[in-house]
Amino acid sequence: MKGYSRYFAKKFMWFFITLVFAIILNFVLPRLMPGDPVQAITGKIAAGINNQTAVQKIYREFAEKFGTDQPMWKQFLLYLRNLIKGDLGVSFQQYPRPVSDIIKSAALWTIGLQLPAIIVGWLIGNLLGALAAYIRKGFDKILVPISLFLGGLPAFGMAVTLLVLFGITWKILPTSGGYSFDMVPALTGQFIASVIEHYWLPFFSIVLISIGGQAIGMRSMSIYELNADYVKYSRFLGVKDRKIVGYVFRNAMLPQVTGLALSIGTMIGGALVAETIFSYPGLGSTVLKAITGQDYPLISAVTLIITIMVLVASFAIEIIVGIIDPRIKAAQAE
Amino acid sequence: MKTTFRQIFRQANFVIGFSIITLILLVITIYPLFNPGSPLQMIGQGTFFKPGTYVNIYDSLDTSKVYTLRLDDAAANRIGKKLLPADRETMRAWLIAFGLPEESVQIEYTDDLLQLWWNSYDENVRPQGMTSAARKAAARVDAKLAGLYNMESLTITQPDETTGEPAQKMTVSETDYVNVSDIANVRVLPLGTDNFGRDTLKELLAATATSLKIGLLAGCIATLVGLALGLFAGYVGGIVDDIIMFFANLFTVIPGFVLLILISYSIGQESRGATTVAVVIGFTSWVWTTRSVRAQVLSLRNRDHVNLSKLSGHSLIRILVTDILPYIASYVVMALILQICSGILSEAQLSMLGLGPKTTEVPTLGLMMFWGMQYTAHLNGAWWAYFPVIVMIALISFSLNLMNTGLDQVFNPQLRS
Repeated sequence: MKGYSRYFAKKFMWFFITLVFAIILNFVLPRLMPGDPVQAITGKIAAGINNQTAVQKIYREFAEKFGTDQPMWKQFLLYLRNLIKGDLGVSFQQYPRPVSDIIKSAALWTIGLQLPAIIVGWLIGNLLGALAAYIRKGFDKILVPISLFLGGLPAFGMAVTLLVLFGITWKILPTSGGYSFDMVPALTGQFIASVIEHYWLPFFSIVLISIGGQAIGMRSMSIYELNADYVKYSRFLGVKDRKIVGYVFRNAMLPQVTGLALSIGTMIGGALVAETIFSYPGLGSTVLKAITGQDYPLISAVTLIITIMVLVASFAIEIIVGIIDPRIKAAQAE
Repeated sequence: MKTTFRQIFRQANFVIGFSIITLILLVITIYPLFNPGSPLQMIGQGTFFKPGTYVNIYDSLDTSKVYTLRLDDAAANRIGKKLLPADRETMRAWLIAFGLPEESVQIEYTDDLLQLWWNSYDENVRPQGMTSAARKAAARVDAKLAGLYNMESLTITQPDETTGEPAQKMTVSETDYVNVSDIANVRVLPLGTDNFGRDTLKELLAATATSLKIGLLAGCIATLVGLALGLFAGYVGGIVDDIIMFFANLFTVIPGFVLLILISYSIGQESRGATTVAVVIGFTSWVWTTRSVRAQVLSLRNRDHVNLSKLSGHSLIRILVTDILPYIASYVVMALILQICSGILSEAQLSMLGLGPKTTEVPTLGLMMFWGMQYTAHLNGAWWAYFPVIVMIALISFSLNLMNTGLDQVFNPQLRS
C-alpha cells in the first residue's frame, strides 16, 4: 500500500506543476493577442466626447483600473493575488459586471445541457455497443456503419441538419436561444416549458454523435474481452453465461469510464459549436464572445475553469480506474 | 508484407472506405478538367441561385431554328407554374364551400383543378358559410387566372439604328420552341450558386481538395510529433518520460480547441492561410498519439530482442527504428488515418467559428460552411449552399473511419468474427 500512495503522491505533484503552468499560459496567451482592448472600451464610453485630453484621461484611468499599464509580471502577480481571494476580476466587455457573475449564469446552461447529453449518449452508446458485440450477426452489421457515420459527423453538421429539419422545415421546435426571447428567467411553469422546448435540438445534436463514438468503442472492447482466455476457461468450467457476460462487460467498461470522465472534463470546449449554432447562452458562446472582444479576464477565467475541470477529471480517472481495476493497482504499486 | 496487403484488401470495411475515398479523389481531379476555370469566380449576380439549368434568354431568341409544337398540357403547365400554393388553397376553399365533395378537389393537379374551377365558378354565387373577404379572394384568383390564360404572341422590338424608334424584330407565339442544343449559352449549375454567386459544385470539389490537403498536413505533423515523443517517452523513460508527459498533460489540460482559437487569433488575420491553420492544428493535436504510442512502447521495451539489441551496443535511434517501430507500425498507420480525419474536422469547426483560414484564394469546406451560415442559407432554404458540404465532410470521415475499422480487424485478429 505504501508504494500505491507514493504513486499517487507523485501523480499529484505532476498535476500540481501542470496546474501552475496552465495558469501561467492561461494568463499569458490571451494577452499575446494583437490589439488593445482598453482602447476599445474607451472608444465605447468616450463616444461623442470631442475633448482629446478628456478621452486620454478616461483611457489612462481604465488602463490603471485594469492594470494594463503595468508590466506583464506585475499584472500576473496581481491576478494571482486576486485568484487566491476568489476574485476573477471584472469583465472588459460587459464592464462593470464581475467575471464570476457572468460565468455563474453561463455555467448553469452549459452544465444543464452537456451533462445529461453526455451521460445519455454514453449510456445508450455503450448499451448498443455491448449488444452488438454479444449478438453479432445482423445487428452488428447494421449498427457498425450507422455508428461510424454518426460518430464521424462534424458537430456543426448534425446541429445544422437538426435545426433545419425540426426548426425550419417542420417547425416543431424553436431554433435558437436557451428560452423564448420575450421571457425573463424566472421559476414559472411557462418559463420552464420554454426552456425545455429550446433544449431538445442542442441536446440531441450532442447525444446522437456521442452514441456513435461510444458504441464503436464499447463494441471493440467487448469483442476483445469476449475472446479472452478467462472467458473460454469459465465456459469450460460451466459458469453460467449471464455471469460471464457480467465479468466481460465489467472489464470492457474500464476504458469507457475513462472516456466518460474525460468528456465531462472537456465539455466546455466540446459545447462550443453546438452552443454557437443554437445561440445557447452557455460557456461556449461566452468564451467565443470573450475571445472576439479580447476580454482577457473572462477568457482567462473560462480557460482556468476548463483546466481545473480536465485536471480533476484526469485525477478522478486515475483513482477510479485504480479502484475498479485491481490489475492496474498492482502494476502501479510496483 | 504482400500477405498483409492481400488481407487488408479482402477486408470488406476497408475496401468500402477505400473505394469511397478513391472515388472522391477521382472526382476532384477529373471534374476540373471538364469544367476549367477558377472555382472562386463569381459568376452569379446575386445570392443563392437554385440548382438547375440556366438557359440564356438572349441566345434562345436569337436561334435561327424555331420549332412549333402543339402540346395539350402546355397552357396548364404555364398556369401551374404561376399559380401559387396560396391561390390553390383559395380555390379549394371556394369549391368546397360551393358544395363539391372534399376528396374530388385536389390542388396538386393543375389541369383537374382548373377544369373544376371553370365548370363551377361563378362570381354571383354566394356559397354558404363564406366570408365576404374569402369571396373577394376567390374573385381575385379568378381574375388572375383569366390574365394568365390570355396567351397572345409576344413582340420583340429593337430601336431602329437611325431614328431610334422601336421597330418590331420578331414575334414569339405560345407554341414556339427552341432546341436546347441550338442555344449557344446553356450553363448547368447542379448545385446552384453560393452567396458570392460562385458555382457551388465547382467550389465544393476545390474545397474538398484543399481540406484533404489540410487534413493530410495536419495529420502528418500530429502523427510525426506524437510518434517521436511517444517513442522517446516510452523507451527512454525516467526524467525524459516525465517531461514529455508533462507537456502532453499541459496540452490536454488547456483544451486544444481553446489553444487553437487563441493561436489562430494571435498569429493575426493576414498570415492565417490554409497551410498555417493546418500546421497549428497539427501541433496541437499530437497528444493522444503520444500517449498511445508510449503505452505500446512500454510493453515492448523489455522484450528479448530489444534487450539483445541494447547489449550489442546499437544506438538509441537504431533500436527505436529497427526494433520497436515495426511492431507499432500498423498502429501508427491507423493513428495517422484518424489524425487526418480529425484534422479535416478541426479545420471545418475552426472555420465555422470564424477562425479558419482567412483567405480569398482557396476555398475550404469549413469556409464554405461558414459563409453559408453567415448569409443564413439554412434559414432561406438554400440547402445547396451548406448541405453538400456536410455530406462531403461526413463521407470523408465515414470512409476514413471505415478504413480504420477494417485495418483494426486485420491487425487485431481477436476483433474478427
